[in-house]
Amino acid sequence: MDARVPVLELDDVSVVYDSVSGPVQAVSDVNLKVYQNEVVGLIGESGSGKSTMANAIMRLMKNNARLTKGTIRVNGRDVYSMSKKELRTFRWSEMAMVFQSAMTALNPVMTIEKQIVDTFRSHRPSMSYKEARERAVDLLKLVRIDQKYLSSYPHELSGGMRQRIVIAIAIALEPSLVIMDEPTTALDVVVQRSILNQIQELQKQRGFAILFISHDFSLVAEFAQRVAIMYAGRVVENADAKTLQLGQEHHPYTEGLLRAIPRLTHEEVEIQGIPGHPPDLLNLPKGCAYHPRCPFAAEACKQVRPALHQLAHALVECHLYDEVKGGNMAWPSRQTLSKSTT
Amino acid sequence: MRYVVNRLIFFVVSVWAAVTINFILPRMMPGDPAQAMFAKFSNNLTPQAMHALELQFGFSNQPIFMQYVTYLKGLLTGNWGLSFTYYPTPTTTVIGQSLPWTLGLVGITTLISVFAGTGLGILIAWRRGKVLDTTLPIASLFVQAAPYMWTGLILLYVFGFKFGWFPIAHGYADDTPPSFTWAFFLSALRHGILPAITIFLGSFSGWLIGMRNNMILTLGEDYVTFAEAKGVRPMRLVMMYAARNAILPQITSFAIAIGNVVSGSILTEVVYSYPGIGAQLNAAVLQQDYPLIQGAFLVIALAVLLANLIVDLLYSRLDPRVRTGGAAV
Repeated sequence: MDARVPVLELDDVSVVYDSVSGPVQAVSDVNLKVYQNEVVGLIGESGSGKSTMANAIMRLMKNNARLTKGTIRVNGRDVYSMSKKELRTFRWSEMAMVFQSAMTALNPVMTIEKQIVDTFRSHRPSMSYKEARERAVDLLKLVRIDQKYLSSYPHELSGGMRQRIVIAIAIALEPSLVIMDEPTTALDVVVQRSILNQIQELQKQRGFAILFISHDFSLVAEFAQRVAIMYAGRVVENADAKTLQLGQEHHPYTEGLLRAIPRLTHEEVEIQGIPGHPPDLLNLPKGCAYHPRCPFAAEACKQVRPALHQLAHALVECHLYDEVKGGNMAWPSRQTLSKSTT
Repeated sequence: MRYVVNRLIFFVVSVWAAVTINFILPRMMPGDPAQAMFAKFSNNLTPQAMHALELQFGFSNQPIFMQYVTYLKGLLTGNWGLSFTYYPTPTTTVIGQSLPWTLGLVGITTLISVFAGTGLGILIAWRRGKVLDTTLPIASLFVQAAPYMWTGLILLYVFGFKFGWFPIAHGYADDTPPSFTWAFFLSALRHGILPAITIFLGSFSGWLIGMRNNMILTLGEDYVTFAEAKGVRPMRLVMMYAARNAILPQITSFAIAIGNVVSGSILTEVVYSYPGIGAQLNAAVLQQDYPLIQGAFLVIALAVLLANLIVDLLYSRLDPRVRTGGAAV
């Protein structure tokens, strides 16, 4: 596993938003690696810090957000030690990002052609317009859009086409890492599926790594090889995607998420939500941030931040695994769980 | 193309409406120009002369529809009636003489104000929170908050009267009559500076703050962040991705401003006794010079409509979404 080359390394990364009522701890001490050619899913509910982390990696944080701790390296280079000039050329040629909002990521008053050509010419000033245009044609072919749409304006295209173009722009310079921040959220299910298939195809073809951010658990589990689960700004579990099912050892939060997924293939499965609300990031609970909602919360969970435990298929941050090593955990029966959730 | 045709049809219809309203309004007022003229001659007019006047003004006892036809014919043939104030000078001549002054003074000043305000607005929005951004909007607002005729009076008093740097009235010196000579040009320029500054100070802030706010909103848009991420150079990012979008509302305000150019900055022109159409209109109202008022209104209405047509066409060049009627979201 460690023989592979990491394209993205997050070491103890913390991001804070300054607000009127004090600092908001959006991301806390995150450690995460994404290796070459790997698809890693990043899951969490709204406000768990997924998008903040994506923006932090790209160094695109807005004014009131700042990296307070840790380092972010892409292809071995510290993103935050670069000058603005270096950053401008580094970004997109080594790491790119597909934004959450496909509908608004394209400049409304510029043709598709100009927006793609701009990408090339900003990085390779010596490239002629003609050559850049030829590349744009190739790119559109790659995402299966007719080249006649080069002269179109964004408002003339459907949401799915726009997102394809955004993806095309993201892979234009063949980066080794593409961050996808809920790339299909704004699209309907059918288009969502076709875009996902296309991303998968492109990924195989071009071999870039993807950090795929989503709140759609089943989608990510299917799409990614490894999944990181975020809760209240922390990566609480980092698991092999194939093991993301009930009956395996997981963080109680992951367990809760798994129970909340409706499955069409199974009969008579009870769907359970996770009780309570995500914590207030201005005022995080002491110890494990999940303890107020956790059915297994013990005294230690309220006081001490849990350590990382290497389980069979996952890295988990939970006190449950403190004593019991070797996977001999006895999960509470369905009855006790239901009781605690109602 | 369909958009252009639509705009043109709209333009023709609104011109017709303006012309017609201009015909109806005076006819709804009590009295008529002949009576006003009669009063002006202290009732010393013989009935024959009175009748002659009425004929001259086109106020026959024809049915209203025939009058309307005569009026339209007159408009098209350049027969807009005679001014009372400068009787018997045709109003077209009076307007023709004062319009260039206003276009020159208010037009050029407005352009400077628009360009300076928009340009600086882009700059301070880009360098948000820096010294210029924290001082310029407040300073310009402070100046604009003062009534501009008052600003004009102060400038006139200080720089015209106290220091004597600039002439205190009129559009040019008596010894340099209008002609294509340097002497006249310089004289007109010297006469125009104080009123120009007055108009500039009175309008600059709006352009500056308008553009700054548009820019700050646009800089927060996803497509600007996306362009920044994809590596677009800062200058191109600000101009082609941010300012290019942020300028659209300014274009609309500009259309309204062009209309104001023709109506003139009435108060400024009055303060500086400037020979523009604003001062002329003011005089015409005081003198109850109906034909001149009517003529001036018509010119203003036509200018506003024409400005709007031009801006509409320009807008369609600048914003592709307008051309298709914004069908897709």
